[in-house]
Amino acid sequence: MEHPLLLKQTSTATAETKQRGLKRFFRLLWKQRALVLMSVPFVLWLFLFRYVPLWGWIISFQDYQLGKGLWEQEWVGFKQFEALFSEPRFWRALRNTIVMSFINLVLGFTTAITLALLLNELRQMVFKRVVQTISYLPHFISWVVAAGIIQVTLAPDGIVNELLLRLGLIKDELLFLGIGEWFWGIYGASIVWKDVGWNAIIYLAAIAMIDPALYEAAEMDGASRFRKMWHVTLPGIRPVIVVLLILNIGYLLESGFEPQFLLGNGMNMRYSENIDIFVLKYGIQLFNFSLAVAAGMFRTVVSVILIVAANSIARRLNETRLY
Amino acid sequence: MGDRVFETCNYLALTLLMVVTLYPFLNTLAVSFNDAQDSIRGGIYLWPRKWTLENYKFVFEEASILNATLISVLRTVIGTVLTVFCSAMVAYTISRPEYVLRKFVTIAFILTLYVNGGLIPNYLLIRELNLIGTFWVYILPGLIGAFNLIIIRSFIENLPDNILEASKIDGAGDFRTFFDIVLPLCTPVLATVSLFTGVWQWNSWFDVFLYNSSYEHLSTLQYELQKVLSFSNASIQRVDFNAAAAQGGIGQVTPYAIRATMTIVASVPIIMVYPFLQRYFVQGMMIGGVKE
Repeated sequence: MEHPLLLKQTSTATAETKQRGLKRFFRLLWKQRALVLMSVPFVLWLFLFRYVPLWGWIISFQDYQLGKGLWEQEWVGFKQFEALFSEPRFWRALRNTIVMSFINLVLGFTTAITLALLLNELRQMVFKRVVQTISYLPHFISWVVAAGIIQVTLAPDGIVNELLLRLGLIKDELLFLGIGEWFWGIYGASIVWKDVGWNAIIYLAAIAMIDPALYEAAEMDGASRFRKMWHVTLPGIRPVIVVLLILNIGYLLESGFEPQFLLGNGMNMRYSENIDIFVLKYGIQLFNFSLAVAAGMFRTVVSVILIVAANSIARRLNETRLY
Repeated sequence: MGDRVFETCNYLALTLLMVVTLYPFLNTLAVSFNDAQDSIRGGIYLWPRKWTLENYKFVFEEASILNATLISVLRTVIGTVLTVFCSAMVAYTISRPEYVLRKFVTIAFILTLYVNGGLIPNYLLIRELNLIGTFWVYILPGLIGAFNLIIIRSFIENLPDNILEASKIDGAGDFRTFFDIVLPLCTPVLATVSLFTGVWQWNSWFDVFLYNSSYEHLSTLQYELQKVLSFSNASIQRVDFNAAAAQGGIGQVTPYAIRATMTIVASVPIIMVYPFLQRYFVQGMMIGGVKE
């Protein structure tokens, strides 16, 4: 057993080193004042614009009224969450969010991978470059412009209706955006149209890193091009696919906002309204801030859990990590 | 034999993809140059039937749209310059291994990738800060993104060590090193970040909708287009077209034609620049996507 006096001595010693460490820290900080000056103001900016709003979450435990300060509000405990979870519209928004994320995930992955595989098979380099350049285009335009174009295309006298009429598949023009059940399909087609070219880039890069010797070996075995694609290229990019897939599962509750909001309307609301729109409608339009924050907070908390879990799984499977 | 079939199908599939991607743009372009009354009859595909510049004239004679164009340009230029400069500066500090606050600053920024207060708390903060109804609401909230920071930092870290060392030995302080050496050497990555930021600024409309929808002098092109879109949700009811035209007293020009014209106006700057700059975009995507 140690002597009590000795123990005291060591503890003052650590306190002393701590103090000395602190002194050293401040001396270093002074020496690096240029770096401090270049970064600390932006950290303050960061705290104001990114961390202070987190305090706003306490609104979800209040009955928030505009015009009163944050601390003068009435505290109501978990009442808002109870109201939220007994609100059918919230569950519908949650369903829509998850379904559309899932569509995004499945459709987005398969189309981007397919496009990368097809582009990789092209021998005509000029054609390849033209296809790529054109396929990136929709990625760079805003969702507002995209929504405008999609509305024109799907309009009663738009090209889609006209094609279907001419092919005799329909008798009357269809109001595509007015049929709620079709919204998910339109959403899926829209996101593929907008981002398939862009999403293929990462797979093309992964394909470029596959060892050419593997193709030569397959050729010696008499593999056709299709078989090479299936047995060499696809397994070659599997690690990238797996990592991206897992990371994207982390964003399950973040199915985006713009396409749903811009293509949504009263007639397809039952299928287009996701959590983001729910928050916007309750918060900004109906002034029910507390309920809206409760919904937003629920989403963020679930998202963070999913993202952290997805990240750690991806890291364990592979050394590649997004950040 | 099978290879040739495969090859043909491949070319066909990719050609189809190009057609599907481009057709809507070209169709919108054709409608924007076609006589508005004539367009209602339908049947405009890739080429205008009755050429006119009336739609463009109408759009640009509207004072609010001219002003919105100016605000769009301003937010794109000012926002991009400030974002790139500030991001580069912070990225430089967190690339210095000796910096005592390096870990703290890095983590503070990276955490924001995972958590944010969400729509309502952000809205209330902007309100408290009296930023509603100001131009700065377009610039300040999104000034530095963690993603840009990571891209620039990894670029600086991959610069040859001895360049920065030599500048230190020459007695240059961090400010001098940053301005005279790091900034010029970072041109490629800063070009990439500028492009992403510029496109993002140009395309933004939600902040206008949320904060400045009752301040007409601060409206942007994208928001004006969004208003036109929600005003004449034409895919729902065709009757709306004519009703809206009559209501707005628009006369010769229809909401349908206005929408097509504004869609072109709002996207032309990007369509013009991106083919020349796509190399930088792709580079940026690669640096950000596959690290380590």
